Amino acid sequence: MPSLVSDYLPLLIFVALAGVIAVVLLAAPFALAFKNPDPEKLSAYECGFNPFDDARMKFDVRFYLVSLLFIVFDLEVAFLFPWAVSFHRVGLAGFWSMMAFLGVLTIGFVYEWRKGALEWD
Amino acid sequence: METGLTQSWALAALVVAIKSLATLVVLLVYIAYVLYADRKIWAAVQLRRGPNVVGPWGLLQSFADLTKFLVKEPVIPAGANKGVFLLAPLVTATLALAAWAVIPISPGWAVSNLNVGVLYIFAISSLQVYGVIMAGWASNSKYPFLSALRSAAQMVSYEVSIGFVIVTVLLCAGSLNLGDVVRAQDTRFGLLGWYWLPLFPMFVIFFISALAETNRPPFDLVEAESELVAGFMVEYSAGPFLLFFLGEYVAIISMCAMTTILFLGGWLPPVPFAPFTWVPGAIWFALKASAVFFMFAMVKAFVPRYRYDQLMRLGWKVFLPISLFMVVAVAAVLQFTGWGAR
Repeated sequence: MPSLVSDYLPLLIFVALAGVIAVVLLAAPFALAFKNPDPEKLSAYECGFNPFDDARMKFDVRFYLVSLLFIVFDLEVAFLFPWAVSFHRVGLAGFWSMMAFLGVLTIGFVYEWRKGALEWD
Repeated sequence: METGLTQSWALAALVVAIKSLATLVVLLVYIAYVLYADRKIWAAVQLRRGPNVVGPWGLLQSFADLTKFLVKEPVIPAGANKGVFLLAPLVTATLALAAWAVIPISPGWAVSNLNVGVLYIFAISSLQVYGVIMAGWASNSKYPFLSALRSAAQMVSYEVSIGFVIVTVLLCAGSLNLGDVVRAQDTRFGLLGWYWLPLFPMFVIFFISALAETNRPPFDLVEAESELVAGFMVEYSAGPFLLFFLGEYVAIISMCAMTTILFLGGWLPPVPFAPFTWVPGAIWFALKASAVFFMFAMVKAFVPRYRYDQLMRLGWKVFLPISLFMVVAVAAVLQFTGWGAR
């Protein structure tokens, strides 16, 4: 428990200080600067046109697909971290079980490639 | 007894706070000169002078820029979601700075010597996507929205390859502590014992992925001026814009520092004997990180911008299979030759 506190308390203090610096830099112009808002200045930028529609529109499903693929592979990497650290202790059995896991994932990867999930055109 | 314990805790917390503040101030001043260097290098490649007015040789340019950002009028678009709009730059800058809590600049010198430092860095850099998505959505404007989608997809794509690269380094180093990763590279061969040589393909993949991850040219599709103006930052000005700008450069320097730690031996001297070992580790670290940043700046000056489909192709169809294969290859070599066993 003391080691948990002595490891993570400095981290919290550091992040809190970073946050304070960021808040100060964010708030300073609101306190210091001259403000003269008008409707044209506050409208959304659209290359000189008046914005003619709300911007929260439909978007391409491929972005969604990419984020799904990302979750699969990022979780895989998270699985690999503990294995990589204890690599010399888990021995041959650990090696082959991770190879089997990677093999299954590779089959999935080949499948999505063949299905065209990675195409952008 | 009880008060004594509380006092010692308060004292320890104060020491940590001073150390953190010192780290942050040094980092921010370093960033100011990294920015200056970036502009000067870019100018030199294009045979321009670059910033040369504020201070001798323009050395105070970044501080002039800072002052200007702080006294400019902050504009919040009428259609924007105000809370999220202001939270986005805050998240970006705080997360970018937070990564520096665990980076060991010299032996034992990190604000927090976490035993899962690599995991922490990986988690923080994954979270950075949120700043971009929040900014793009909250602006309620078309350019930021499109750009945030692109940028998020780009960042997560290259995150995966970076993850696999880190796994290969961990296989060799056998620890998630960043200090131990550096110590594992401390051999009698000096710079030939660092991981850039045995893991050279991973070094290259890591460098290029770091460019894509931090939205640097040639992968700065997010702010491709000809298509998306200034990307997800279009609606930002003054302080909020400053935080995005700062966050971007802090993230770039974090990536340079990670390259230094994972592949270039961190604080270790390049040749492990007398005159070089006298130089403090922090100086070697800063020199190496600056050298990596010089590469970042030169790539920005030389390489034309990628097209979006090429970018996604490179990430998913080239880097991912190669890095996946390299994890298997490195593991097999370590398993069957017995290298690195302790």
